[in-house]
Amino acid sequence: MTSPTPAADLAHTVRSGARAALEVLEEHLATIGAGEPSIHAFNRVTADEGRLQARAVDRTVAEGGDPGPLAGVPVALKDNLCTRGVPTTCSSRILEGWCPPYDATVVSRLARAGAVMVGKTNMDEFAMGSSTEASAFGPTRNPHDTGRVPGGSSGGSAAAVAAGFAPVALGSDTGGSIRQPAALCGVVGMKPTYGTVSRYGLVAFASSLDQIGPLTTSVADAALVFDVIGGHDPADSTSLHRPTPRVLSVLDDGVAGLTVGVLTELLDGAAPDVAARVHQAAEACAGAGARVTEVSVPEVSLGLSAYYLIAPGEASSNLARYDGVRYGLRVDAEDVVAMNTATRSAGFGAEVKRRIMLGTYVLSAGYMDAYYNQALRVRTRIIEGFDAAYRQCDVLLGPTTPTTAFPLGEKTGDPLTMYLSDVCTIPSNLAGHPAISVPFGSGDDGLPVGVQLLGPALSESTLFKVAAVVEAAAPEVSPPTVAGGVRS
Amino acid sequence: MATPGRLTREEVAHVAALARLELTEEELDLYTGQLAQVLEHAADVASLDLAGVIPTAHALAVTNVLRPDEIRPVLDRDEVLSQAPSVEDHRFRVPRILGDAP
Repeated sequence: MTSPTPAADLAHTVRSGARAALEVLEEHLATIGAGEPSIHAFNRVTADEGRLQARAVDRTVAEGGDPGPLAGVPVALKDNLCTRGVPTTCSSRILEGWCPPYDATVVSRLARAGAVMVGKTNMDEFAMGSSTEASAFGPTRNPHDTGRVPGGSSGGSAAAVAAGFAPVALGSDTGGSIRQPAALCGVVGMKPTYGTVSRYGLVAFASSLDQIGPLTTSVADAALVFDVIGGHDPADSTSLHRPTPRVLSVLDDGVAGLTVGVLTELLDGAAPDVAARVHQAAEACAGAGARVTEVSVPEVSLGLSAYYLIAPGEASSNLARYDGVRYGLRVDAEDVVAMNTATRSAGFGAEVKRRIMLGTYVLSAGYMDAYYNQALRVRTRIIEGFDAAYRQCDVLLGPTTPTTAFPLGEKTGDPLTMYLSDVCTIPSNLAGHPAISVPFGSGDDGLPVGVQLLGPALSESTLFKVAAVVEAAAPEVSPPTVAGGVRS
Repeated sequence: MATPGRLTREEVAHVAALARLELTEEELDLYTGQLAQVLEHAADVASLDLAGVIPTAHALAVTNVLRPDEIRPVLDRDEVLSQAPSVEDHRFRVPRILGDAP
C-alpha cells in the first residue's frame, strides 16, 4: 500500500496558498478536542502559540514568500524538548510549570521551516520507561486499543500521530523511545545517527545515547522532517561536523543491488506473529531486487544488560541538576542538603528514583569497573559485531519490539520485564547507529507490528530507501477507532 | 571478572543518600529487590572476560570542540531568574549551606 503523506501534502497546499495554515491548525485542534479525552497524548495543547505561528505562515504566503518545507504542518513535541515560555515538564513533578528561557534547536528549525506547534506530548518521566505509564500526569493510551499502552517513552508523540492529532511529532530515543512506541501505535519512527540532530534543548537523560527523531504516518514524511531537523549545530558539542545525509531526494531509488541481512538475534526473542511479519518484509525486499541473507551478531544479546548499566549511570549524573536551586520544584528545609533531598524525594517518581540509584551504584567506588566500565567494553564489542555484519550487508532487518502493544498495568510492577521490551532497539543506541521502525501489518491480535531497519553510522539514505520499499509492501492495518481518530 | 555479591539493603540506603533521595522503609525493601534483580540480569556482562577491550564511552569519534572566546548574547538574566524557586538581589537564594545557624 502507498501510505498517505499528510505532512508533505499539507505543506504543499499551504505553500501554494490553496489552504490557510490557520484552517489546517483549527481542523487538527478539533480532532484533538474530540479524541484527546480518551487518549491523553498531550501534557499541554498549545493552541495559542500554534495560532500565532499559523498566522505568521499565512502572512508569509500572502506576501508572496515561502514559509518553508513544513509550511502549516501541525507538529507535536515531546515534553522534554525546550520551548521558550511554554512549560516543559518531562512529565515530572520536579519540572512542573517550568518555562524554558530558550528553544531547543529542533524546535527553532521546525518553526523556521513553517511548522506549527500543537502541543507538548506525554512521556515516561524523563524518558525513562517503555509504556508512558511512568508519567507523573497519568498514562497515554494506545489509539488502536485504549486498554493498551502506546509504548514509550515517546508514547504521547506516537499516539498523537496515530490518532491524527498531528501528522508529525518529535520524540527522543535513548534505548528505543521513538521506535518502540511508533511500532506499537502503527506509525513510522526514526532514530538518526548519533550527532546528526542537535541535542541542544533536549532535556538530557543519557547523553551518549539520546537522539531526537521524527514520528510520522509515512516514510516520506519522516524523510522530510529529518532533512529539516538534521545538520550541524555549534550549540551541541557532540553534533557531527560531517555532512548529514539528505534523504528525501533518494526515497524512490529502490533497493536493487543492496543486501538486507535479517538479524537472527532480534528475531529469536520475537513472538511468532511478529517474526512472521519480519520474514514477510524480507520477502518484499527480495521481491524489489535486494539480496536477502541471514546475519548473526551475537554481541547484540548483551545490549540490554550493558544499556541498563550505562544509561542509568549517565542519568544519575544528568539528573543531579534537579536540586531545587535554579528552576523547578523546591521543598523548603532547614539547610541546603535537606532541601535538595526533600525536593528530589518529592519531585521524582519511582522509576526515575530506581534509575538514579542504579546509576549511582554502578558508578560508585568498588563497582564502577565491574559494572559501568565493563558495560562500556561490551559497547565496543557490539560496535565491532555490527561492523562485521555491515561488511556483508547494507542494512539489517528485524522486529522493532518482541510483541504488539501490551495491556496497561501489565509490566508496571516488574521493572526488569518492562526493560525487556526495549531489547530490539537498544543495540542501535549503544552503537550510535540510525534505525527506523516501519509499520508492517498487524499481529494475531489485530494490533500494529513494526519492522525495524538498522544501518551503520550515517547510512540514513540507504535506510530510507529500504524503508520506502518495506512500507510499499506493508499489509493494511485497520485505522484507530478512537473518537476523532481519522487521519486528515 | 568477579561479579559483585548480591545488593544489600544497606547499600541501597547508602546510594540513596549519595543521590540525595530519602526512602521510606517500604521503598527501601522494594528497591533493594528490584535493583538486585536488574544487577543479576547484568551478571552476563559483569562476568565476561573483556580484558584488553577498550571501553567505548562515546560511539562516534569526536574530539574536543572549541570555539573562539568571543562575547556573545546569553540568556536573559531576568527570564532565567523568573524560573527560580527563590531569588534575592538577582541571585539564586538557598537555605543555609554551612555550619549552625547564627
